[in-house]
Amino acid sequence: MSKVLIIGATSAIAIACAREWAKEGTAFFLVGRNARDLDDVRADLAARGATAQTHVLDFAATETYPAVFEQCFAALGRVDIALIAHGSLPDQKQCEADADIAMREFMLNAGSVIRLLTLLAARMEPQKSGAIAVLSSVAGDRGRPTNYLYGSAKAAVTTFCDGLRAQLFKSGIHVLTVKPGFVDTPMTRGLPIPGILLAQPRTVARDILAALKSRKGVLYTPFFWRPIMWIIRMIPDGVFKKLNL
Amino acid sequence: MSDETLTSWGAYPHFPQSGHMCTWRSRLAENFADVVARHGTTLPFGKGRSYGDSCLAASDHVLSLRRLDRLISADWQTGTIVAEAGMTLADVLKVAIPRGWFLPVTPGTKFVTLGGAVANDVHGKNHHVRGTFGRHVRTFGLLRSDRGQVVCSANDDADLYAATIGGLGLTGIIEWVELQLIPIRSSQLTVTTVRFNTLDDFFALSDELDGKNEYTVAWIDGFARGASKGRGVFTAANHADTGDLSVAAGKNLAVPFHLPVLAAGGALPRLFNSLYFHKHAAHRRVDPTGYEPFFYPLDGIGHWNRLYGRHGFQQFQCVIPHKTAQPALQHILETTARSGGGSCLSVLKRCGDLASPGLMSFPMPGISLAMDFPQTNTLDKVVFPQLDSIVREAGGRLYPAKDAHMTAEDFRRFYPAWSRVEATRDPALCSRFWKRVTA
Repeated sequence: MSKVLIIGATSAIAIACAREWAKEGTAFFLVGRNARDLDDVRADLAARGATAQTHVLDFAATETYPAVFEQCFAALGRVDIALIAHGSLPDQKQCEADADIAMREFMLNAGSVIRLLTLLAARMEPQKSGAIAVLSSVAGDRGRPTNYLYGSAKAAVTTFCDGLRAQLFKSGIHVLTVKPGFVDTPMTRGLPIPGILLAQPRTVARDILAALKSRKGVLYTPFFWRPIMWIIRMIPDGVFKKLNL
Repeated sequence: MSDETLTSWGAYPHFPQSGHMCTWRSRLAENFADVVARHGTTLPFGKGRSYGDSCLAASDHVLSLRRLDRLISADWQTGTIVAEAGMTLADVLKVAIPRGWFLPVTPGTKFVTLGGAVANDVHGKNHHVRGTFGRHVRTFGLLRSDRGQVVCSANDDADLYAATIGGLGLTGIIEWVELQLIPIRSSQLTVTTVRFNTLDDFFALSDELDGKNEYTVAWIDGFARGASKGRGVFTAANHADTGDLSVAAGKNLAVPFHLPVLAAGGALPRLFNSLYFHKHAAHRRVDPTGYEPFFYPLDGIGHWNRLYGRHGFQQFQCVIPHKTAQPALQHILETTARSGGGSCLSVLKRCGDLASPGLMSFPMPGISLAMDFPQTNTLDKVVFPQLDSIVREAGGRLYPAKDAHMTAEDFRRFYPAWSRVEATRDPALCSRFWKRVTA
């Protein structure tokens, strides 16, 4: 019997995780933007034996966030696993041209995550058990000229989770920061990514499940992104600023 | 702007497709209309396991449906599932097996989608007892550019139902499929393996074992000549009565890039064929076997089509009626052996007399033979025309899902109901295959 909360439940990585968790006895609380798509995900999980409730959330309407947890805890009683998976891949050029777009994207990818985690942590702390997995990104490891608005938002998420992990550890709650590389999802559609670097959501999901089981703090998935990002972080600034990564 | 570049499994003819991704059913109509508005016509595309050009759009712009891979509902008491058309048979097995259900019909790869299985009315090693895939599809949802959503079954929109089963994806976009599964007690099979030395022996084994086994198939050495001509290995199987309902772990090997070891033909495939024959004991054996190695031996090697290199390969698959099967098959095997190339992988299978509800279904009562050849110029110019005429004269036909060469004249002779499919075709859908054989 596990109780699973997924925020951003229509994201490809979230769906892949949910399918791994779905079996008789699993109860889901699925939060996402689009009611019809959420219902497609709910039906898929129900056919796999789980039960699922959906909750539509406009991520810009921060005042409605507390209701998410009211209803989630009313439905599930407790949360064994929470997955925070919502986000967007903003157009960097647009973000440079329009500060409002830049801040809106930053708020979606960082602000809303921090707000939701703050509310969730307070709810989960008294449970004294459970795990929270948060989708950050390898992009947060270093700001790159082609992608630094997204990168800086993910850096905020990563750093926030570092602290939250240490904080919730005292209450027996585990926090996992997930840093995927390129994944074959609608987010990366049309990007010129070499096939060998493009992971399937299912692969990433399996890595997330294994990392939760072993209580790993930070997960690079697939594994080869850890050395790749180490190299990218090690490039001296003088060289880095001349590259167009 | 397209989302991905796609090719057919044989990579011949080589027309890379621009894939326009559809992720949610609620947006399918909009995505469909969008591609049609920009490119005239399109074609639904699943996992690209069709070998030739039947999965290539005439406009080279396909609607990529692999992300429509969700279950819509499932009744595990009766073994009925309703799923989006982009769900693969592999994904169906993963949820069905632990609950004691199996695919009623499965082709030699589990990496095809439900939509593709309907559109090609695929068959498997149990054709002699269960017929084609289409016989187990109760209803499906079709999205048409002119009528919107249509639910088809043998009773509702029966003409469209019959035209869509084996209709090569031309009669509308298959949005979802309702499939009846079959019960199993174990995911293991009890497999009987017998080596045979001549085509006559194959027929004798088929007569003996088809009646006692749900699944039968034979591999035949495409290079053997002289005394060893016609040698092969016959396998027959039933679902085991005992054992667990475990799902096999995923594939572990993949060909990472074009590695044309089979492209040149000749020595290496000849050696593979010979080794495969001698790997099997001369006497009859009965072994418990997992469903993966029995049904999907090639799925264990991801992208095995890359072994044929950049120029790709063609499969020649025909079915010959019983009356003429023996001499015609003999003639085909001799012709390919004489051509020097030989087929890298040849498979024989008896098809039964259970009729498909589809208008353009491939199987007919008789023997089906499938052979893989690396793509060369002589294949199209010399070998296939000879094989085609043998099939034509024997009253057989070729399989559109595997085809990259059949003439328009042959197609119309093989599938006289094609004009009824053409009459129900969605005007916004057209494939390179269809253009080629109906032009």
